[in-house]
Amino acid sequence: MRARGLVLLALAVAALPLALPNKYAYDVAILVGLNAIVCVGLNLLIGYAGQISLGHAGFFGLGAYGSAILAARYGWPTPLSLAAAVAGVALLAWLVGRPILRLRGHHLAMATLGLGIIVAIVIATEDGLTGGPDGMSVPPLAAFGVALAGETAWYWAVGALLVGVVWLARNLIDSPRGRALRALHGSEVAAEMVGIDSARHKLNAFVLSAALAALAGGLTAHYAGFITPAKATFLHSIELVTMVVFGGMASTFGAVAGAAVLTLLPQFLTALKDYEMVVFGAVLMFTMIFMPRGLVPTLEKALAAANRRAV
Amino acid sequence: MLLRTEELSKAFGGVAAVDAVSIAIEEGTVHALIGPNGAGKTTLLNLLCGIYRPTRGRIVFAGRDLAGRATHEYAAAGIGRTFQNLQVFFNMTALENVMTGRHLLEPCGFAAAALRLPARVREERACRLEAEALLEFVGLAQWRDTPADAMPYGALKRLEIARALAARPRLLLLDEPAAGLNPVETAEIDRLIHSLVTRRVTVVLVEHNMKLVMGVSQHVLVLDYGRVLAEGEPAAVRANPRVVEAYLGAEAR
Amino acid sequence: MSAQFAQYLLTGVTVGAIYALVALGFAIIYNASQVINFAQGEFVMLGGMAAVSLANAGWPLPVAVGAAVALAALLGLALEKLAVEPARGAPVVTLIIITIGASILLRGMAMLVWDKNVHALPAFSGETPIVLGGATLLPQSLWVLGATLVIVALLAWFFHRTLLGKALLATSHNRLAAQLCGISVRHVLMVAFALSAALGAVAGILIAPITFTAWDVGVMLGLKGFAAAILGGLGSGAGAVLGGLVLGIAESMGAGYVSSAYKDVIAFVVMLAVLMFLPGGLLGARASDRV
Repeated sequence: MRARGLVLLALAVAALPLALPNKYAYDVAILVGLNAIVCVGLNLLIGYAGQISLGHAGFFGLGAYGSAILAARYGWPTPLSLAAAVAGVALLAWLVGRPILRLRGHHLAMATLGLGIIVAIVIATEDGLTGGPDGMSVPPLAAFGVALAGETAWYWAVGALLVGVVWLARNLIDSPRGRALRALHGSEVAAEMVGIDSARHKLNAFVLSAALAALAGGLTAHYAGFITPAKATFLHSIELVTMVVFGGMASTFGAVAGAAVLTLLPQFLTALKDYEMVVFGAVLMFTMIFMPRGLVPTLEKALAAANRRAV
Repeated sequence: MLLRTEELSKAFGGVAAVDAVSIAIEEGTVHALIGPNGAGKTTLLNLLCGIYRPTRGRIVFAGRDLAGRATHEYAAAGIGRTFQNLQVFFNMTALENVMTGRHLLEPCGFAAAALRLPARVREERACRLEAEALLEFVGLAQWRDTPADAMPYGALKRLEIARALAARPRLLLLDEPAAGLNPVETAEIDRLIHSLVTRRVTVVLVEHNMKLVMGVSQHVLVLDYGRVLAEGEPAAVRANPRVVEAYLGAEAR
Repeated sequence: MSAQFAQYLLTGVTVGAIYALVALGFAIIYNASQVINFAQGEFVMLGGMAAVSLANAGWPLPVAVGAAVALAALLGLALEKLAVEPARGAPVVTLIIITIGASILLRGMAMLVWDKNVHALPAFSGETPIVLGGATLLPQSLWVLGATLVIVALLAWFFHRTLLGKALLATSHNRLAAQLCGISVRHVLMVAFALSAALGAVAGILIAPITFTAWDVGVMLGLKGFAAAILGGLGSGAGAVLGGLVLGIAESMGAGYVSSAYKDVIAFVVMLAVLMFLPGGLLGARASDRV
């Protein structure tokens, strides 16, 4: 199962360009890929470790603005600014995560929510540095004089990165570290009793997911050449969580599927213009009510049930 | 002396659940902890495995005072435990439960895990084999790939023991391992505990099933209102009038 | 007491009263169903917007207000029946997403039914400011404070003196035991949602003449109301009121003396501080796991 899923994903990424008619389609595909990278990380935190974060767009935004500011205002070479931004966010997540992860359930949700909102407000207010609500332009990702530009090049870069991130995530999950996360989700006291330092593992998952969000954020900024505070808002945090939950918690491929569906959905909904929000909200509610475990696990169960009937 | 407590106490608010308990547990023995409901047995057990922090007193395990340390440090020192109200990892299969139990024996670096280095793959295979052997040992081989939430109660009780054993503890605390089991399943548990002794695991067991307690333990400790009421060999404790009174009331004498 | 300080205090208490009402709405629903209703802010918005619509359509203000509150209560009921009840037993994260979906839906509907503009409700008794010790007070603020006091008193009476109110409290303490006493948990939940929605709507109506209303005011008001509920101790009615007032005053003082650009941040910083150092809030319970 493990290897099969990964191979399928790699094949899908390789074959997809055949179905993409124009630059805009490539653009959407790249967006899906970047969202999927965040979701795979967030899924480790929410689905496997059983924690919750309603503020991950804050990490995404910090990654984006961090790299943008270092590159645009301080002239850092972009690969370095990106790496520094990701490292900085990881450090912040490590510092903030220690006290915050002592909380559970709704309290943890609200703490991460508060954190995300504070980040978003600071980004929007410090307009001298960030360009404020209007955003700022971002230099392209370039090394040794060669820039990563154009939808095709970015598609392959993001596609390869996604496959790599999924591979890494699956390896982690099938290791004692992954089992430790699932254990502390299953029963934290029993996990402690077999020697699992639950605080440390929760923190690790939190930091890793924050770093992945920052990476995706930075890449988004360099790809689009522009970044606005909208990417750091509560709404974006909710979109990310919804993608993970919708796709299926504790399922890496579910996270990718969720990212794909919920990135594509608004694209189809723009045709509905004013009704977009209403339909989005309705779809969200509907699918969560009738598929509380998410899309992929619900499909897997239905498939398994159908198989049993066929036998 | 494997485990020794000195004036161990735990108070919740104004209530002393465990009050100045001083016990000594020899390596390689089976100790039973009995007492009427509310006597503080589970609290004492929670103290011995680090789930509760003592209000007062020392817990000396293999020469080290563990009082006040984090729960996972007790586990790292060599103490394992099963739970009265099952704390099985219901989101995993039986095999995965036991594999997780081996956590302490598998230091796993982030890079080694994420990149699936060959050494890691070998360790993973070894882990799986040992977990399978443990499932075999407790008689759960056929449940290997079953999700834990689909397993029957009696099997889950044994699963917890297998999981605890995976860490190769020196001291195993069993909290009512026979609770809710029928006579056949209880006999299984009895057999298991006896075989633990041959594996040189020291056992402290909290149990209400007197037949099991008398049959399997070398030393019995009676708690009442958080204090040690009596202790000694099973037969002696059973005949102790104060013990009878505590369990059955003054009229029973 | 300097005039400036008094001004900030008065503004803070006024806004705080609104936060208190929103927080009470959260608390009532959380107590009855363990659900955090992210759509709570939208009821605040709906109350204000509906009242404005009806008032502009020529309805006398008291009738418009009453109808708007009733509408919100009905929508709260619908939310409970259509979204929360079918999802009973789902994981916490899923329930959160559902109420967030509901809030997006309600916001989208508001954008369609009304527009994206800012609207004002006429002040209940005129706009002439009252001067009080160097500070000015709008008559509407007195309405806000007065109404809040009356509502809090009414709620206290409801919860402690009426059978239905006590049923709500019982359900919040122990659902199974309440059911065993013959309390219909379904009814209790419906009442809880309708009541919360009504409270939110009242808050939105009271504040609309001062801060105006628009299709998207619900988000921030809801979140801040929630911060207030956390500050006071999630699940505590008195805590919700206290939390609201403290938050309102802290925000006003912060905006006045420290930085007005970062006014919105204050609520969340306070909330984070509470969660990290006193998770039970000012008046909440301290829980522990039984193993």
